[in-house]
Amino acid sequence: MTTAPEIQKTVLPNERWDAVACRGVKKHFGEGDARVEVLRGVDFGATLGEMTFLVGPSGCGKTTLISVIAGLLDPSEGQLDVLGHGHGELNGTARVLFRRRNLGFVFQQYNLLPSLTAAENAAVPLIADGVRRGVAVKRATELLDRLGMGDKAGVMPKVLSGGQQQRVALARALVHEPRLIICDEPTAALDHKTGESVMQLLATAAVAPDRAVIVVTHDNRVFHHAHTIAHMDDGVVTHIESNQH
Amino acid sequence: MNYIALQMLMADRAKYFGLIFAFAFSTFLLENQVSIFSGIMKRTGSQILDVTDADVWVMDPYTEYFEQTKALKDTDLNRVRGVFGVEYAVRLFKGNPTAKTEGGKFASTFTMGLDDSTMIGLPRRMLMGRKEDLKLANSVLIDKAGYELLYPGEPLELGRRLEMNDHVATIVGISDAEAPFVSFPVIHARYSEAVNFQGKERNQLSYVLVRSKPGVGAEMLARRIEKETGLKARTTREFVWDCVVYYLKNTGIPVNFGITIAVALIVGLSVSGQTFYMFTVENMRQFGALKAIGVTNPRLVTMVLLQALVAGAIGYALGTAMAALFFDLTGSQTATRGIVLLWEAAVGVGILMAVVVAVVATLSVRKVLVLEPASVFR
Repeated sequence: MTTAPEIQKTVLPNERWDAVACRGVKKHFGEGDARVEVLRGVDFGATLGEMTFLVGPSGCGKTTLISVIAGLLDPSEGQLDVLGHGHGELNGTARVLFRRRNLGFVFQQYNLLPSLTAAENAAVPLIADGVRRGVAVKRATELLDRLGMGDKAGVMPKVLSGGQQQRVALARALVHEPRLIICDEPTAALDHKTGESVMQLLATAAVAPDRAVIVVTHDNRVFHHAHTIAHMDDGVVTHIESNQH
Repeated sequence: MNYIALQMLMADRAKYFGLIFAFAFSTFLLENQVSIFSGIMKRTGSQILDVTDADVWVMDPYTEYFEQTKALKDTDLNRVRGVFGVEYAVRLFKGNPTAKTEGGKFASTFTMGLDDSTMIGLPRRMLMGRKEDLKLANSVLIDKAGYELLYPGEPLELGRRLEMNDHVATIVGISDAEAPFVSFPVIHARYSEAVNFQGKERNQLSYVLVRSKPGVGAEMLARRIEKETGLKARTTREFVWDCVVYYLKNTGIPVNFGITIAVALIVGLSVSGQTFYMFTVENMRQFGALKAIGVTNPRLVTMVLLQALVAGAIGYALGTAMAALFFDLTGSQTATRGIVLLWEAAVGVGILMAVVVAVVATLSVRKVLVLEPASVFR
């Protein structure tokens, strides 16, 4: 893809948000004078089969919002529905198990375990879910092969380039076939060319009819991969754009 | 996940070995100091333990430990023999005469005068010569360490002569007596000759050694002797403990060792604890990622406990091996003979290390449990 596609400003109807739907979600930290309102009534959603970008300036609440969607933080107020489960339906271990089986993560700093090989890193979600290590690593190796990293399966992360490490992280996010993938600044630590290749891989390997992908990013050079772009500022989503591919 | 926990533990070799060696050196220091302390304390009763053919020691009522003797009357021996339950009772002399070699080298000694007819109280093991030769006139047995002290650098040899209180005695045997508390040669002689080595006192009977009849308990017999004679009677075990307690109460040894052990405990364990805690803190991002991915808190707790347990167990095993090697090397030296790695010390330190591992793991687990998984996005 050499030229960015035209972007049209539209407000999508909430009915399309079949993967994630946030309505009036608020989140504050601290109490009294120390109280900070980070999310101030967010309306946001993600659709199965699409890649949704969440963009905005630093400190606008993007990371807090994806943490709430991922079940890592509880919202203070508002309605939240993730893959058909409303917030509050799942608590404690049930929420952790739901996250383990249905969500995949790609982090800005990769967060690979330095003591594990690429294949073992990619296999962690399966191992955490009780799949035998040998079986899990075999499946992870096959996936790495599909992502063009087959020859690096036995390599330790420290000898991989940033782009290669992010591919391993992508394999880790996909290996257990989750229905929602959350990517936090996946290209921030990469140069443009490498970032573009990672995003292309994400678009081709992660997007599927029964899966939604949410990408938090600052990098407007990769916006053309998005189906939908939600702009956030000062704790609210200000507008949502549909990307015409 | 156990595999992942262990891989995380061993990822940074420098930190991993630092952690292992912190546990190992704590274990080594504690086992080493406790065993040496116990070995030295045991030496206070070495000459009591050397006597295996008597189980009750009778002495002056005010005797507190082995070195402190006040002579009994010869009639006391017969009074003890008259107590019901006594199989036999024989005299024992203990003195500290100075022995001088032909070359002029001299040393204070522990001289044990054994009953002339029964020879009860002979050393358990002989390295050279025969115990029976002690029946020859003017003969003595000397322990190997004492021989080496009086004849440094010379080979063990029978027939050499010692002068004690103007009496000349011939060495007819070299024993492997237990090491005494102080490094005096241990000399065994017949009672009738040993008293002359010391110099004349009106009474010479230091102890009466008693054997209880079969079926009569030594403790019961000791109490009966005390009641019927007014003398003090202690079983071998009681008398050894009297000596240990005396030295504990009246010397600076326990304080010195106590301080060393306490410092080893505090420094060693705080270092190992701190190292493991820092290891967990430095892996916090990895734990956060695992938490975000969906690893449950109980699983993470298991991982941290496993890491602490493996590091502690390997460190403990290494430290115990180091202590065993140390005592193996020093056990053959004259000065440190008889001081061994006590299994009680190894077990005790093992329990202590398990407690430390539990405390350290609890602190680290707490850190992991309160970790906000959302922190991985920051």
